[in-house]
Amino acid sequence: MFRNPRIVRRTRAGIELHLGADQRRLVGELIGELRQLLETDDPGLRRLFPTAYPDDPERDAAYQILARSELVDRRQASLDLVTRSLDAEVLQPDEAEAWMNAVNQVRLVLGTRLDVGEDDEVYDPDAPDAMARAVYFFLGVLLEHFVEAL
Amino acid sequence: MAPTAPSPVQLDEPTSDTFVEEERPWVVIVWNDPINLMSYVTFVLQKLFGYSKEKATKLMLDVHHKGKAVVSNGPREKAEIDVFRLHEHGLWATMQQDD
Repeated sequence: MFRNPRIVRRTRAGIELHLGADQRRLVGELIGELRQLLETDDPGLRRLFPTAYPDDPERDAAYQILARSELVDRRQASLDLVTRSLDAEVLQPDEAEAWMNAVNQVRLVLGTRLDVGEDDEVYDPDAPDAMARAVYFFLGVLLEHFVEAL
Repeated sequence: MAPTAPSPVQLDEPTSDTFVEEERPWVVIVWNDPINLMSYVTFVLQKLFGYSKEKATKLMLDVHHKGKAVVSNGPREKAEIDVFRLHEHGLWATMQQDD
């Protein structure tokens, strides 16, 4: 892959986030959409609430009852923390982890909807879903840079 | 998250069948998926289980190349907490009793 300037840099002050206003606005919009989506049973959420016991539907049903609301609460908490730090130039460790968690949540939903595969490396700007794929790609770079910085 | 274990005084004497059933250890499996980044999977395995970068990378590569990897094991309650934490971090994890 081509070299990108570092979006996320670890410094003594904390974790610097080098994103422009448009990119922050985009992240804010995506997170607002996901916050509402989490309250629904949209099929795009499938990857956010996986099966725990594939061999045992009864136990899985019990797991889902316990885990689902807890997962929703924790996911919302991450989204809230990102919203609060959306314009921050330096993130604290808990905020940086929330950003990673939130960006990955959005990627999981977007990737499910786009039905991405292992070999979808080539980007076709003329494809009907090119815009969504560009957003998906951007979020992948952002997450990668968080991982590298932390 | 996982139901609280009953205290020993409340515990019913297990029948031999359920005893064997519960004693067999559980394994937590992470499955390959096309969405999660390889670097992110390694990061999560290090963060959740305290694995070294080497061990986490090896597990991630097993997931990527073989389709799945056992990332932890133990009693059911512990395995369920591990699965939950993996789900919280967006990984595709399941659990089953060891063969």
